Order: sequence, then structure tokens, then C-alpha cells
Amino acid sequence: MLDKIFVKNYDAPPIDRREILRYAGCKDDADERLNALIDECLHESEPFLSYRVCYYMFDVKQILDGVTSQTVQRGLVGCEKAVVFAATVGLGLDRLIARYGATNTAKALVLQAIGAERVEALCDTFCQGLERAYGETGLYARRRFSPGYGDFALENQKKIFSALDCPKNIGLTLTESGLMSPTKSVTAIVGLQSGKRQEKTGCEACGKTDCFARK
Amino acid sequence: MDFRQYLQQNIVYFDGGTGTLLQQAGLALGELPERWNVTHADVVQNIHRDYFNAGSNVVVTNTFGANTLKFSKTELAEIVRAAIENVKIAANTSNGIQEKFVALDIGPTGKLLKPYGDFDFEEAVETFAETIRLGEKYGADLILIETMSDSYETKAALLAAKENSTLPIIVSCAYGADGKLMTGATPSAMAALIEGMGADAIGVNCSLGPKQLKSVVEELLEVCSVPVLVKPNAGLPQTDGESTYYDIDDSEFAEYMAEFAVKGARLLGGCCGTTPAYIAKTVAATKHMTAMPIADKNISWVSSYTRAVRFDKPVLIGERINPTGKKRFKQALIEGDEAYVLGEGIAQQEKGAHVLDVNVGLPEIDEKTALPLYIEKLQAVIDLPLQIDTSDIVAMEKAMRRYNGKPLVNSVNGKQESMDAVFPLVKKYGGMVVGLTLDERGIPDTATGRVEIAKKIIKEAEKYGIAKKDILIDPLALTISADKNAAAVTLTALREIKEKLGAHTSLGVSNVSFGLPERAVINSAFFALALENGLSAAIVNPNSAEMLKTYYAFSALKGLDENCGEYIRFVTEILPTFQPAPTTSGIAATATIGDGDLSPLKRAIVKGLEREAETACEAALKTSSPLTIVNDEIVPALDIIGKAYEEKRAYLPGLLMSAEAAKRAFEKIKQRLVQTGEGGAKKCKIVLATVKGDIHDIGKNIVKTLLENYGFDVVDLGRDVPSDTIVQVAGEIAAPIVGLSALMTTTVPSMEETIRKLHEKLPNVKVLVGGAVLTEEYAQKIGADGYAKDGLQAVRFAERIYNDLCKYS
Repeated sequence: MLDKIFVKNYDAPPIDRREILRYAGCKDDADERLNALIDECLHESEPFLSYRVCYYMFDVKQILDGVTSQTVQRGLVGCEKAVVFAATVGLGLDRLIARYGATNTAKALVLQAIGAERVEALCDTFCQGLERAYGETGLYARRRFSPGYGDFALENQKKIFSALDCPKNIGLTLTESGLMSPTKSVTAIVGLQSGKRQEKTGCEACGKTDCFARK
Repeated sequence: MDFRQYLQQNIVYFDGGTGTLLQQAGLALGELPERWNVTHADVVQNIHRDYFNAGSNVVVTNTFGANTLKFSKTELAEIVRAAIENVKIAANTSNGIQEKFVALDIGPTGKLLKPYGDFDFEEAVETFAETIRLGEKYGADLILIETMSDSYETKAALLAAKENSTLPIIVSCAYGADGKLMTGATPSAMAALIEGMGADAIGVNCSLGPKQLKSVVEELLEVCSVPVLVKPNAGLPQTDGESTYYDIDDSEFAEYMAEFAVKGARLLGGCCGTTPAYIAKTVAATKHMTAMPIADKNISWVSSYTRAVRFDKPVLIGERINPTGKKRFKQALIEGDEAYVLGEGIAQQEKGAHVLDVNVGLPEIDEKTALPLYIEKLQAVIDLPLQIDTSDIVAMEKAMRRYNGKPLVNSVNGKQESMDAVFPLVKKYGGMVVGLTLDERGIPDTATGRVEIAKKIIKEAEKYGIAKKDILIDPLALTISADKNAAAVTLTALREIKEKLGAHTSLGVSNVSFGLPERAVINSAFFALALENGLSAAIVNPNSAEMLKTYYAFSALKGLDENCGEYIRFVTEILPTFQPAPTTSGIAATATIGDGDLSPLKRAIVKGLEREAETACEAALKTSSPLTIVNDEIVPALDIIGKAYEEKRAYLPGLLMSAEAAKRAFEKIKQRLVQTGEGGAKKCKIVLATVKGDIHDIGKNIVKTLLENYGFDVVDLGRDVPSDTIVQVAGEIAAPIVGLSALMTTTVPSMEETIRKLHEKLPNVKVLVGGAVLTEEYAQKIGADGYAKDGLQAVRFAERIYNDLCKYS
């Protein structure tokens, strides 16, 4: 059992251009000009991106104590352990987005999409790492879920922040209105279950069928 | 003994971690450890006593998170009082015979300051001040501000300490694996800021073990002119699957600490995971050493929230953020066109400026509000150090206080009145200051006269404890069109100030050619001469290729540019940006939009080619009037791409690239109109804002760009805007339309409140809303007059309202 909050720094995860396009609101392949803009933005954002995660492992009993959320109960059913984590790609990207928000919205849009893709890729890398770390003991990482998803209320951000001490560990803060800053950040819970994977993953698993980003 | 005195002669030992020890004693996860000062005083005292017994000189109070954000004022007072008493009792009951001190511990608030968070700078100062006043009252010997991960919060804490106490102050930051703070500052940037403001020691603690912090400690030891504190963790946390532990034991820890002491670290301690045993071994490994004397590194530097800029190589200060002689810039300031001002800043950074001068002085503008505001706005998007340029002393202080870093201040001069006003500010806020060689009698005609004033300025600064290294003397460049010897006098003064006074220098280079044709020819030659005569900083136009050529050639020729690397980078990366853009004829048509037979300007806009649009618009302006170009070229081009977007033949990035290209063309049109004194025809005013509580603004910015493209006069209030501000501005400027954006469900109530107030106070105003969580139905429910799914729909809504207005007026 881990009784400490762990902090991890990662190298840049592999880039998925299709995801970037999707977050930028493009359904088809990019033309030459847009591809050039994405390349330019990737190049420019690279030095400003950092990949940090902090996490803590709980007994599922500890998490479920007093929790009525269906989403949480379903997400952790059959799990003994769960990892609560927070991930961020850092404030540098927000500054870059703000810089172009004032002067070039096309670039701001693409940078924004890059940030969304980067932080999701970071979460994927982290969860795959959990699989590797616990795979030997016969555990696999289930699908992660975040406050604001299903009936898992956004107010739970506060609890996650106080449990993980996000400001100190990865420089992630919460505003009074419950927004995260840096904005390209994710907090989530992932259950660790023994046995074989059975569930659906990705957009297939999500009930929001009218989502703009649905694949 | 007085702590400052003790620090001068000795290696000072701090304590180690307390959090882990409190947990071992039963502190639960999520419980506030500061309360234990009162509820478990004996446990806390025992931990403190163990550290004194291990040899610590300084034990830090258990007040890391003791502030008014977590506790009521009454409870806070009780906690701080008990915390200090606990350390004092431990000191008195310890068997150690060393000198002992109580340090009031001040940790970060856990909140991020504006503009990226929601915590106001002054609120942060007041939060720290409350705890610090209590610490002084209850008898702490010194203040330790520690584990800071943001430069702005660090400044707030240090300012609070200076304003509310006379105790010695040590400021220590937590650096990440990349050797920087979470918000990006390098150790040098932090040292410039902290030392500038007058802290007694600078340090590093927490986040990593001594091994990983080595490069940070070495950098601090190299640049700091005050003692350096090192308080690392017991290595990195590890797990074997069953239990967790830190990977460095007390003996290995002490070895690293001894290495730091040999290199000159003067305050040693531990952070997370370290115990009294770690401190005891560190003391044993270093107590035979003599304390290294603290040398003045004599570094002249300024900083931003990420970087320090040193003046040991010539520094380029961009002069473009200044309305003097710039009609277009004046217009932007008067209209509150922030985007234009920020754009000027960004362009100069792209051209390689190291520092940006910021001057917003205009009779039409209240500089006391405008200067600090623009400093903040510029710092939100540009990480270069700024030069605060004003003759208004109130504006200067406000801007210096708000500045995130160690600012350059322009300027003081030899007049007693000026020195009396400016030097106290430089001392308090820790700036570097430009001293102009003029006084009550004006500008001396001779080099000797100017050197004398320089001497006077340096001498007067000394009285305030401002060292020569924090002054840049400007011997003033005057135009040679009025006096043929003007440049020679300046150059002689420059050389003498450098050689005889040993001070750094600065010049507004371009003044030399005032009144002459082809000024760049004279300016660049004078620039080369000035550099050769020892110029340290030049205020120049970075958009002038000639000036940059001179600068990079000079650096390469004088051996200041290793392997000519900067020169080569300049020639390959920056110089090409001065070339005009090619025409669009060689670029393939877009099949889905059909741009094959369009004019060059239309084609550039439809394809979203910014520089080409600029070039094509310039060309068109040679034969057509601005109005014709807008109506016959730009608007039809926007319609082509807009239609393609609505029919899903083009996507949002394409639409925005076109909008940006159109914006570039509009800028050329505006420049022409400003020159000829004509006003541009604008449609009605629209107020845009992201509502209170929401800090996302990409959607709002997209809407703004598109509305401006279509000729609307947009007043952008930014993000996190209180409802009353929106109502007030919309009323004042009589805007018929207000556009509101909210991204999160949590901020929709704030939007609803704003709509209600707008309808109540300004019944004729139409409110348009948009944002990720909104739908048509939801918008209706909260009382909006319109909902826009995207930016183009917002334009359509605004045009409908505008056309109705025209019909009925």
C-alpha cells in the first residue's frame, strides 16, 4: 500500500494529430495550410510543455465511504484499490494560448487543441504505467473517470485537491469557482481490478452521444 | 545573539521535516497540522527539541499553512502564538549548547495569483502580512518564506514581510526536475527578484533530493551575493509495492550537504523525509568547516517571472510600446485597443528584443491606472523583463509594485527632486534604474558635465543602499541635426562613465538622427560607435533590420558570440522575416472553396495567408481607396470563407486563419486611415466578456476576431468579469449588444445573474450568449436574447440587431 503522494515527470507522449484536429473542430484531413499551422504550433509549444502527474493509492472502501454517486460506484465495482491522480501539462501552454488569444485566434485554437490532446495523452501514459506496474500482480487499470462526469459532482474536485496537495506537487490550483489552472489539466480516479479487461473504452463507453468530440 | 550577526560568521543549521514525524505521531491525512501546535503541543515540542538536540540552530515553527485562508483571525493568532512558544520551550529544554533561533514559517497559499488564477496580488500580500505581524508580535527571530513555486506569490510574501516586520527574511523556493519553479522561473530569475528586494538569504527546499538539486544550488551559489540556504528532501520517494520510503539515508544525505557547504552554501537543513538523524549527521560532517565568506557577485540584472537578463553583454531594449511620434499607437491607447499594444510587444520579442520599454503616457490617458494595467496585461503574455517608463511617480510605484520580477525603471535624473522620489521606490521594490545625466541646470553640453551628474546620481543612490550595479547611466543622445558635435559628446561621456565610474550605460539610440532623412543609416552607425564605446543597453526599434544587423555583427566581431551562434541564428531565422511576403499566385487553389480566379487579396484571405494578405492589401492601397478595398475585396472574401464554413466545406481553423489574414489587411487599412486622418466606418459597439468565475476565453476571443472582421466595434472586458462591471461599461458606452461567454456549468449561474442585471438596468440591450455547456434551450431559460453556437452565428446575430437599429433610427 502506498502511503505517500507520488509525483512523476514524464517525457512528451507520442502525438496523435487526428486527436488535435478533432479538438480543433475538424472532421476531415487537414489541408496543407492547416498542417503547416499545426506543425508551427507543435514546434512553438514544445518548450513550454511539462508533463506532471501526482497520485495516491486508496483502498476502494476509503473512497466509497459515504459516496452515493452511481458513476463512482460503477467505476470502481469489483476493485479493491483505486488510484486518484491529477495530471497537467503546465502553465506555460496557457500563457502561450493567451498570447495568441490576443493576437492570433487561429493559432490559439490549434494550441488549445494541442493542449487537450497532450493532457489526455499524458493520462493515457500514466494509466498504461499503472498497468505495467501492477500487471504482475494480476491487476488491470479500468477506465478513468473525472469529477463532472455522469453524476460524479464537480464539487469533488476540492476533495481530490486536498488529498493530493496538487498546488505543491504539480503546480495545479483550483479557483473559487472550481476551475483548474493551468487549464490543460485532468483529475481522475482509476480503479484497479484483478482478472481480464471486459469493459468498453473510449467514446464507445460514453453515454453523451451528441458530443462534438465523439469519434 | 542577533541572527544577522550570527549568519555573517557561521554555517547555520536548520531543522528537517516535520510532516512525516507528525503523521507518525497520529496526524491524519487531511487534518490541519497547524492545529497541533495547540492541541498536541507536547508532540510538536518534542519534535522541535529533537532537532535542537541534533544540532539545529534554527527550528522552524509548525505554521506552514497558517494563514487566514484556512483559519479565522482569532484561531490564527492562537496558532502562531503557540507555535512560537513551542519552539522556544524546545530551545530552553534542549541539551544543545549552540545558538538557537525561532524562524516563523511561511508556506505558499496553494492558490494561483491572477491573471492565471483568481487570487489578487494585494489579497496575497495581506494574507501573508497577517501571519507575519503575528510572528513578529509573538517573538520570532527571523522569517522563513519557503517552498514557493511561483515568483509572483514569492514577491507578495516578501513584500508583506518587508512592510510588516524588521526581522531577517530568508526566501526559499521549490524547484522541479527541470530546474525551474512550477510557473517557470529559473534560479537566476528568482535570485534577481529576491535579492533585489533585500532578503537576507536565498534558498532552495523541498520537491527533490540533494542529488537532483545540485545544479540549482550551484547556480544560486554562482549568482547570489547573499548567503544560500539548502534544505532538500531525503531523496525521492520510492515504493516496493508494500511500503514507501525516501531513497537517501542520513549518511548519504550528510555527504551531499557537506559538498554543498564546501561549495559555499551557508544555511543547511532538510525537508520532507529528513529526521533529526539527518541533521545530526550533516552537522557532524560540516562543523569543522569555516564558513565561506559571502562575496558580492556584482551582477547587474533585471528579471521577469521566468528569466533574468544580465547586462554583462549589450542588451536590446525594444522602444515600440510608446506613443511618442506614433499616431497608430496613440489611437490604440486612446481606444483601449489592448490587442494592438500586446501585438507590438510580441512582435518585438519575435525580433529578438531582450527587454521591452513600456510607456503609455498621453494627456488623454490616466497613467496611474493605465501603466500598471498594461504592465499586467503584457506580463500575462510576454515573459521578457519590462522597463517601466514614466515620469509620473505614482504610476511608477503602482507599476513596480505589481510587476512580477525585478523591473528596470526609466528613469531618475540628477535633479534632487527626482532622486528623492525615485530612489526609495527602487530600494523598496528592488529595481534597476536608468539615471539620465541632466539636472536642475539642464543637459550639460560637455562630456565632463554629464559624467559629473552621473557621479552625483551614483553617490546619492548609495545613501539609500542602492549599489552602482543597479544603475544604468544614460548620457543622452541628442540629434546631430541641431549640433554637429552632439554624438561625439555622448560617445565621450559613454566611455568615461564606463571606464572611470565603472557603471553600466544606456542610450535611446534613435534620437541622434532626429530631423534627418533615412534615419536608420545614421542610427545603425551611431549604434556601432556607442557599443564600441561601452554601451551596455540600447533602447532601439527591433523592427529595424539595420539596428539588428549592427548589434549581431558587433557581438560576433567583439568575441561576445560563441561560435557566432547568435549571429547565424539571426541571419537564418530573424532576417528572413524582414523580407516582403511572396504573392499568392503560385499557391494551389482550394478545391472545396474554389478560389482559382480571385484577386490576390481575396485569395490570400480565403486561403488564410497572413503575410500575403498584408502585401496584397498594401499593393491594392496604391490604386484603390481604403473603403473600396474593404467593400470590394475583404468583405466578399470573408463571405466566401464564411459560406464555406456554414456549408461545412471549411472548418473552424480555416475560418480563423482567414479571419487573421483579413485582420492583417484591416491593419494596413487602419494605418492608412490614421495617416490621412480619416475615421474608419464602424458598425455599432458590442461589449464582450467571459463571466465572473470563468477563466476560459478562447471562444470569446474567436467571436471577437470575427465580429471585428465584420466591422463591429468590440469592447473586450476579458475574462472573470463581475456582472456589475459589464452592466456599467455597456451603459457608459451605450452598446446595444452584449456578448457573454461561459464554459462550465458552474459559471452559468454567474451568466444568468449578469443577464438579469443587464435587462433590469439596460432594457434595450440585447444579450447574446455562447459557450461549451450552453444550448438554445438553456440560453432561453437563463433569459438570453440570443444564442450563438459558433463565432459566425454571433456575427449573424449582431448584424440582425444592427440592421434593425439602422431601420428604426
